Amino acid sequence: MANVTLRNVKKAYPNGFEAIKGVDVDVADGQFCVLVGPSGCGKSTLLRMVAGLETITSGEIDIGGRIVNQVEPADRDIAMVFQNYALYPHMSVYNNMAYGLKNRGMPKDKIDDRVQEAARILEISPMLERKPGQLSGGQRQRVAMGRAIVRQPKVFLFDEPLSNLDAKLRIAMRVEIRKLQRRLNTTSIYVTHDQLEAMTLADVLVVMNGGQVEQIGNPLQVYQKPVTTFVATFIGAPPMNLISLRDSDIKLQDAPADAGILGIRPEDLTMSSGAAPDGGITLEMTVEAIEKVGAETYIYGLRSQQGGTPAVSSRPGELPPGEILVRIPGQEGPAIGEKIRAVAPPEKLHLFTADGRKRVN
Amino acid sequence: MVEHRRFGNWLPHLVLIIGVVIVAFPVYLAIVASTQDNTVIANGQMPLYPGSHALETYWHTLVSGTGRTTRQPVGGMLMASFIMALGIAVGKIAISIISAYAIVFFNLPFRMAAFWAIFITLMLPVEVRIFPTYKITSDLHMLDSYSGLILPLIASATATLLFRQFFMTVPKELVEASKMDGAGPVRFFFDTLLPLSITNIAALFVILFIYGWNQYLWPLLITTRDDMQTIVIGIKKIIDVKDALTEWSVAMATAVLAMLPPVAIVVLMQRLFVKGLIETEK
Repeated sequence: MANVTLRNVKKAYPNGFEAIKGVDVDVADGQFCVLVGPSGCGKSTLLRMVAGLETITSGEIDIGGRIVNQVEPADRDIAMVFQNYALYPHMSVYNNMAYGLKNRGMPKDKIDDRVQEAARILEISPMLERKPGQLSGGQRQRVAMGRAIVRQPKVFLFDEPLSNLDAKLRIAMRVEIRKLQRRLNTTSIYVTHDQLEAMTLADVLVVMNGGQVEQIGNPLQVYQKPVTTFVATFIGAPPMNLISLRDSDIKLQDAPADAGILGIRPEDLTMSSGAAPDGGITLEMTVEAIEKVGAETYIYGLRSQQGGTPAVSSRPGELPPGEILVRIPGQEGPAIGEKIRAVAPPEKLHLFTADGRKRVN
Repeated sequence: MVEHRRFGNWLPHLVLIIGVVIVAFPVYLAIVASTQDNTVIANGQMPLYPGSHALETYWHTLVSGTGRTTRQPVGGMLMASFIMALGIAVGKIAISIISAYAIVFFNLPFRMAAFWAIFITLMLPVEVRIFPTYKITSDLHMLDSYSGLILPLIASATATLLFRQFFMTVPKELVEASKMDGAGPVRFFFDTLLPLSITNIAALFVILFIYGWNQYLWPLLITTRDDMQTIVIGIKKIIDVKDALTEWSVAMATAVLAMLPPVAIVVLMQRLFVKGLIETEK
C-alpha cells in the first residue's frame, strides 16, 4: 500500500518533442486514479514513466515515500497490466503468474499459495495448465491481472487493459476491475481513452491533453464543473454543446465580462414551449436529424440566428457551428424540419473564456 | 485446390509424377548399383533390378573397408561428417541467435553498422575467402582437426538475419513484462526468447545441418589425414582411383549412406521445420 506522487514530471525526447510538459498528480493510498485523454496526449507515456519503462527528463516520481526516478521497474514494487496482455505464450497460465515470483526467489509452496489464491479470486483455477493461446480474450485479461495481483505490489498500473475486448465483455471486466481493486485496496493508476470507463472507475480523474493535465478531481465534480472547454467536450457523451457568444444573439444576464463561450450539456436542455427559467436561456432551432437509441432520443437542431466559426477550433466530435444537440428521455421526439425551442436553467450553464482555457462561472 | 474441372486433377499429378521420377530415378539406380557385384558395372552393364550382393557390399563399405580403394571404412567418414555438420549447425545457430539478440534488443551505439557488417558477409562465402581463411586456420594449427573444419564456417549472416526478423516481431510488451517480472537480459533470453524461437531454430538446424554435411571444398583443403575424411570427399576418392577398377558398388553404397543422415534429419524434424518456416506462435 502506498501513495503515488508525481512532482512536475516532464518528458522530452531527444528530437525536442515534449511528451509530458510538467505534471503534478497526487494519488492517495488505496485510491483508483484514471488518466484519460485523447490518443497522443501523453497518458500512456506518463504511466510508463511511473512503471520505469520510460526515463524521466525532470521532476520526481514518488511511490510510498521513495523517489523512484532511478529505480529499475522490477524494484519499484509495482505490477502492470498491458493492453495486449503480454502473456508469455510458451508458459502455462500457472507459470505466467508464477514467473515473477520465481525470479524473486520465493519458495515454491508460497508461490503456489499465491497463484492458487489469485486464480480463485479471478475464477481461472480450471485453466491453470493451459497456454495463453488456448484462452479467450477475457480469460487472457484475467491471467494478466492474475500476474499482477500475485505479486501483491504497492501499486497496480493498467495500460488500456480493456481496449482489446468486445463491448459487452469490456463492461463486465470494468466492473470486475473496480471490485477487485476495492477488495485488495491497492493504489491503482489506470490509463484509458474511454471517458465512460474513466468516469465509472475513477476515485480521482486526471484529464490530460497535449502532455498537460487539464483537470484533476472526482469524476462527478469534473463532469459538473469542467474547467476548460476541452474537458467539457471530452467528458460526457454526447459532448457538451459549445456556443460562441461573440457573434451570437444570446444575451446572458450578469455574465462575467470575460465570458466568451457558453456550454450546455445535451441532457440539460429540455424542450419547452414556454419561456426559459429566470436567468436561463432559450434556443430556437430547426430539427435536422434525430437518433433514437431506445432509452433516449438525440435531436440535432440548427439555430437559424447563428452561423460563423466554431466555438473552439474544431475537434473530432464537436458539432458544426450553429448546431445544437438535445438529449431527451424516451422515444417521442419532434419531426425533422419542425421548429423547436429548448431551454436550460441558469445553474446548468457553463461559461468559459473565449479561448476555452478557463472557466468563469 | 479450388478448381474442380474434369481434367483439373490428372494434369498436376502428371507433372508431379514426372518431377518425382526425375529426382528419384538416379537414387534408385544408386541403390540398385550398390547391390550388384563389382564386375557387373565394371563390364558396362547397369541392371535395373537389385542384385544379391547388398549385405556384403554394405558390410565392406561400412565396417571392414575393401582394402583396395577405400583405405578405411565409411563408418569413420560418416562419423567425421556427422561431427562436422552438427558442429556447424549448432555453432551457426548459437552465434547468430546471440548476435541477433544483441542487434534487436540492445540499444548499442553502431548496432546498425554491426548488422550491416554481418549482412555483407553474405557475399563472402568460404569459397571466396578461401586463401586467407586457410592461412589463418593453418597459422592457428587447426589443420586436420574438427575445430579447423567447423570454426571457419560457423559465422552465418543468413541465420542472424532470420533471427533478427523473428525477434523484431516479438511484442515489445513481452520484454517490458519480463522487466517487471524481474527478469534481466540473460533470463529473458533463456526463459522467453529461446522457447519462442524453438521452431525457427529447428528449421534453421535442418538447413544448416545439410549445408554442413554437403561441404566439399573446405574439408578437402583442411584435412589430409584419412581418419578426418568426410564422406562427401570419401565418395570422390573411391571413384577416382589410379591403376585399378573403380568399385562402383562400394561407391554407390557410400553415396546411399551419405544420403541417409540428412534424410533422417529432415524426416525427424519435418513438422517443426514446416512450422518454423510458416507459423509464428505469439
